[in-house]
Amino acid sequence: MEGMRIVLAGQPNSGKSTIFNAVAGYRAGTANFPGSSVSYTLSRAIVLGREVNIVDLPGIYSLTSTDAAEREALTYLLENDPDVIINVVDATRLGRSLELTLQLMDLGKPMVVALNMLDEARRKGIDIDEKALAAALGIPVVPTIGRRGQGLKALFREAMRAGLSHRAPSPASYDNEVERAVGEIERALEPQWKDEPVPARFFAIKAAEGDPEVIHRLAAQVPGIGAIVDRAAAELEKAHGWTADQVVSGSRHTVAHEIEDRVAVFHRGSVGWREMADRVLLHPVTGGPLMALILFSFFYAVFGLGKYVENPLVALFDGLGVWIASVLPPATLAGTVARGVVMGVSGGVAIVLPYLIPFLFGLAILEDTGYLPRMAYILDNLMHRMGLHGKSVVPLMLGYGCSVPAVMSTRILESPRDRRITTALTVLIPCSARTTIIYAVVGAYMGAGWAFFVYILNLVVVGALGTLLSGRMKGRAPGLILEIPDLRLPAAKTLLAKTWLSLREFIVIAWPLLIASSAVLGVLEWAHGASAVNAALSPLTVALLGLPSVVGVTLIFGVLRKELTVLMLIQAIGTTNIAASLSPAQMMTFTVFVVFYIPCVATIAVMLREVGWKDTAWISAMTIVMATVLGVVVRFAFAVL
Amino acid sequence: MTTLEKIGVGRRATVVEIVGGAGVRNHLNTLGIHMGDTIRVVERAPFRGPVLVEIHGTRVALGRGVARKVTVREDAGSQDAATPRPRREGR
Repeated sequence: MEGMRIVLAGQPNSGKSTIFNAVAGYRAGTANFPGSSVSYTLSRAIVLGREVNIVDLPGIYSLTSTDAAEREALTYLLENDPDVIINVVDATRLGRSLELTLQLMDLGKPMVVALNMLDEARRKGIDIDEKALAAALGIPVVPTIGRRGQGLKALFREAMRAGLSHRAPSPASYDNEVERAVGEIERALEPQWKDEPVPARFFAIKAAEGDPEVIHRLAAQVPGIGAIVDRAAAELEKAHGWTADQVVSGSRHTVAHEIEDRVAVFHRGSVGWREMADRVLLHPVTGGPLMALILFSFFYAVFGLGKYVENPLVALFDGLGVWIASVLPPATLAGTVARGVVMGVSGGVAIVLPYLIPFLFGLAILEDTGYLPRMAYILDNLMHRMGLHGKSVVPLMLGYGCSVPAVMSTRILESPRDRRITTALTVLIPCSARTTIIYAVVGAYMGAGWAFFVYILNLVVVGALGTLLSGRMKGRAPGLILEIPDLRLPAAKTLLAKTWLSLREFIVIAWPLLIASSAVLGVLEWAHGASAVNAALSPLTVALLGLPSVVGVTLIFGVLRKELTVLMLIQAIGTTNIAASLSPAQMMTFTVFVVFYIPCVATIAVMLREVGWKDTAWISAMTIVMATVLGVVVRFAFAVL
Repeated sequence: MTTLEKIGVGRRATVVEIVGGAGVRNHLNTLGIHMGDTIRVVERAPFRGPVLVEIHGTRVALGRGVARKVTVREDAGSQDAATPRPRREGR
């Protein structure tokens, strides 16, 4: 028998993904900022001895089709007919959360409310009578603390019971005029409404609110509905003096807050460390310098830790390489393949992991504490100078981790123009793979100062390009609207799970690729195939950039994964001691070129999906031109110095 | 009658109207900002940066351009007793 389908729906940062992960194992990325889940995650899980399908929807403030995440959630709910909806409600923002609850109830599906984050509500001095809430809504309410796994068993037991009962909640009623308008539209829909999984009332309310997608959908199904909707909306506007969308959402707001007033008591909460920390972190005078300090210490901590681990490991693997060469002579096929495999393994262990692990862990801390949206707040006016606004900071910061989720997170931006510009800038940000190149080549052999210089150069280029692009594209977004969640002490378990999730990506996908490519390069060299590629690329690598011609092949492999460039380089020059073969000017030129040139295959794939082939093509072309120009500039700047 | 952009740190104001397109209005509505709601200004970023406001226990950052679209009435004697702060950035 097909398992029950349970959907988790709730507002951003209500703790849905935490509950999902507690049941399904760590799969959904959590973070302390709104919109961290941009698409839904599906998992099969055993709950109370039965197999079920659990879906974690992206966090949504309401069920409208104006926002990308909300459209995704709405489409899922309308097309997949879930057996039961678990509405995760943030107890610290009960009134606002209930506005979504009321909309979900209109879907006519069995529903259970998880009253989550009760510990934080208590700390804020909010007491909620969950029995009264259940009575007011007419659906079961289960108190939970997702972070500690409290109440989850009861929650899923209640959800399965609701799912088996097939009992839908009765929808809440709004004020008289709204009910009259909705009733008119509903009556017009009813004759055509046979065997539809979602009640006509849901669509009637959305239509009265002027949701363009719903109206479009209804118009195709019920001829003449447009005129009826327009008339109902006009009557609403006449009665209230506001636009129909404000009347409907205002009425929902009132109902939600009336329920909150009835079931919740507010005491004076304690001004905790979070409030104190925010006063300093967001203070007009201290906020900016503190942000610089936080990012700078992050950079140095990763560098310090990585270098400490890298040096002994590199020495160890160099020794191993020498031993292999003495057993299997490099001139033989077996010898060259063995050398390639050792180089691939050692590159992963000695060069990538020492920097990747502390880097991913640090990024997880920034994400889970909720510092990212605060950076968006602090940097908003700077981003305005570039013609964007603060929210673009979130994809850019995530870009330091991996370009793929960063490009996906541009969905939090409202305007298509901002998304296009931010995507172009995000792929230029050195991701963790490129970070390991910066650290392992420039950082390790030229010093931390020069590594830092690469980052600054990168930011200057990103800033200039952003200004240039936004000057040329029309349609500025109105400005920053971003919820700033409470600061949170991240749980060590979550941080480790998150680091592991990204690390596993590297170990399972990238590393085997590194080892295989390394071996392939070995065979290529043995068969003298690499020299043909190197010769073909030498106008770029040798003539323009002044690099040894052996880097040609590495740049081709680098399109697969950026880490490959440095590992292939090691393989090509035959030692992990890069400084033995490249001058500082060449190391710098190589690193700058690799940081900027063409996004990796995975990034190109996600860009194709998110912004289409045209943008992907010009962004990719632009990066190659830019990398070449910057590489040449660096080369000659070093020659002059 | 003024706009949210002009309200000082620590002061409260009541939303009278949200002017501008349905996009901004919807977005503010979904974050719990409606006509008649009371908003407290928590912080104002320097150099015409965003305004940080508190509404129904939630904090929301609003760019100056957005704050200018929210018409408000400043509440009399709204200086928050718990967090006395001098008014900054008199412009």
